[in-house]
Amino acid sequence: MHMFPILSSRRLAPSIVEFRIDAPLIARKRKPGNFIMVRIDETGERIPLTIADSDETTITVIVQAVGKTTHALCAMEAGDTLRDVVGPLGTPTPIRTYGDVACIGGGVGTAELYPIAQALHEAGNRVHTIIGGRTRELVILEDEMRQHSATLQVTTDDGSYGQRGLVTDALRSLMEGETHLEAVYAIGPMSMMKAVADMTRESAIHTVVSLNTIMVDGTGMCGGCRVTVGGQMKFACVDGPEFDAHSVDFDELIMRSRTYAEQEREAHERHLCKLAEAGREAER
Amino acid sequence: MTRINPMKPSERMKIPRQEPLEQGASERIENFLEVSYGFDADRSIVEAQRCLECTKPICIDGCPVEIDIPGFIELVLQKDFAGAARKIREANYLPAICGRVCPQETQCEELCVLGKKLTPVAIGKLERFVADFETEHNLFELPLIAERRPEKVAIVGSGPAGLTCAAELARMGYAVTIFEALHDVGGVLRYGIPEFRLPKRILDLEADRVRALGVEIHTNFVVGRTAAIDEFFDEWGFAAVFLATGAGSPMFMGIPGEQLIGVYSANEFLTRVNLMGAWRFPHHDTPIRVGRNVAVIGGGNTAMDAVRTARRLGAERAMLIYRRSRQEMPARIEEIHHAEEEGIELLLLTNPVQILGDERGQVRALECMRMELGEPDESGRRRPVVIEGSEFVLEVETVIEAIGQLPNPIIQATTPGLETGRRGIVKTDGTQRTSRPGIFAGGDLARGGATAILAMRDGKKAAAGIHRYLQDSRLGERPQEQTTS
Repeated sequence: MHMFPILSSRRLAPSIVEFRIDAPLIARKRKPGNFIMVRIDETGERIPLTIADSDETTITVIVQAVGKTTHALCAMEAGDTLRDVVGPLGTPTPIRTYGDVACIGGGVGTAELYPIAQALHEAGNRVHTIIGGRTRELVILEDEMRQHSATLQVTTDDGSYGQRGLVTDALRSLMEGETHLEAVYAIGPMSMMKAVADMTRESAIHTVVSLNTIMVDGTGMCGGCRVTVGGQMKFACVDGPEFDAHSVDFDELIMRSRTYAEQEREAHERHLCKLAEAGREAER
Repeated sequence: MTRINPMKPSERMKIPRQEPLEQGASERIENFLEVSYGFDADRSIVEAQRCLECTKPICIDGCPVEIDIPGFIELVLQKDFAGAARKIREANYLPAICGRVCPQETQCEELCVLGKKLTPVAIGKLERFVADFETEHNLFELPLIAERRPEKVAIVGSGPAGLTCAAELARMGYAVTIFEALHDVGGVLRYGIPEFRLPKRILDLEADRVRALGVEIHTNFVVGRTAAIDEFFDEWGFAAVFLATGAGSPMFMGIPGEQLIGVYSANEFLTRVNLMGAWRFPHHDTPIRVGRNVAVIGGGNTAMDAVRTARRLGAERAMLIYRRSRQEMPARIEEIHHAEEEGIELLLLTNPVQILGDERGQVRALECMRMELGEPDESGRRRPVVIEGSEFVLEVETVIEAIGQLPNPIIQATTPGLETGRRGIVKTDGTQRTSRPGIFAGGDLARGGATAILAMRDGKKAAAGIHRYLQDSRLGERPQEQTTS
């Protein structure tokens, strides 16, 4: 049985870990905007993870511990193996030369934004980066993003780092300044992407968001990832995950993202109980 | 053929059709174990005695893969059950699967002469028995494999078409690799058909027997994404490709409320349960939501599988909503019968018009209209017509749409020159050739939604077509132009 070894792991924040995975076939084909589906073990669920980077034989993903599976994943390290990895999935980001482009990342969304910012920069765009997080430790990849940015601003909700406020505050000042933005890429929590979309709608700035939806297979088979875009049903896994932000029905998406809230809590609590039990066993 | 059944036809016709033992309905709605226990040896022999051994056995005409039915029944009579299984495997490499999921009542058994006045021979149950007997007694023997040929063939998809084509080509001596997008083998047999109809251990066994022929199965490989078809030819050294990716893309009705929490495509619902093991949540990580009242929309086998699964997951009221009448239901009679035994309510001549939600966005009801049958439509079935003013509301918390699937679009979009027709269905000729030389296609990808056995027939035909194509290529001839079959 072919497995996927983790070659290295690096903790970017207390709850955010970067993994380099040995996956030559995926590494070879991967483009910015692509994602993979991962299953840790035989009883695991399949979860989508955006590919943040790659070299000839490895891919890099960045994971935030939120539910049971992501917590278990974040506890893994170099030498561990993943049962299943499949990809690269989704439609790659179309990279064009616009001129001035804003790249907005919220929390772990910055990891998904990174390859896009890199590609936009390499295509000759002036990239204006805004990265935000609730607090200092959730601001990730600042140095990496800076390498591809003409300007870079950091915001935190609590003011513990950079400017106090939201990424949209920084976007507003960018839009009000000298820079004439031709396009905006925003990846982060649903509410953040919605706020960015609302802000750029009036000035009709082309705005792209990447949607992290419910998914089972990631190849267009389940329809769990369906979103309404411009009044039409789209599947995020094959038609996306990136869409025109001004056409996405965010309210519906936010509602649907709560589908398994109860089950996820149950699974996560059960996982924590088991960990505590294992800890007690180990102490004995 | 030496006849060993001494009974006269009139005596044979006096034997009633044997019925399999089944798990009781009240018991089985609490578990996912197989419903039918099938035949034992004694029952199989009695049933085999009913066969009239027709000089022209028309039952074979009803079998899409042309199993030598009288031949294997003869071996059952001789109590050579493993020999009977081998006989079937000459024409059909997956008998334990077909014995369970084939719609025999509209194929071999429909043509059985006995069925004209009495009831047909239970061919499907006999097939299942000999296949299971072979496994239980560890009597499986690898068939003869021809001398190794130099060409490599890629098969895309490990469902019934892909597995069958792989087995055929491997027996001819080709080096065969199957590429499967999911993490487990079997395609729709894995994600679509529930455990209580086709236990996964049966599927695993049959897949292992395909591997035993030397076939490599590469899971977690999405052709069109992980590698494109053209790379298979140019870089990977494959000489021919068979596309069998099925019809996995779910359709939705397009009625208001489909984005509410608690609305599933049957594909998602069944994939969560069958592939991901959501019925064992939280032991398995994949969750599923099943309300006390569940409505499944559709009248086919997928709808049946979904509604019976919902019942097993605790739905007190599990309903099937179908816009035509019972006669038009595409589901197998056996499945409808089993569903009714399990307390599934059939709401016929009923069509959903909208799904209603509560303030949290969760499904609370399904609004439907009553229908009546009008004139026949292009499918030959009487067209359902809305009865004005007949709206009514069903309280449900879960709605599952099982109105059909389309081919997954990834391969068509990433293979230049591959011609498709209506709804992304890949165009093929009588030998399963597509518009691209060396690329063959079959199963639901080339048909739209059909059955496992028709997919298997395509797999067999494609294997023959690929063999001919490769022989012609080796001789330096151009592949023959369009032939009819």
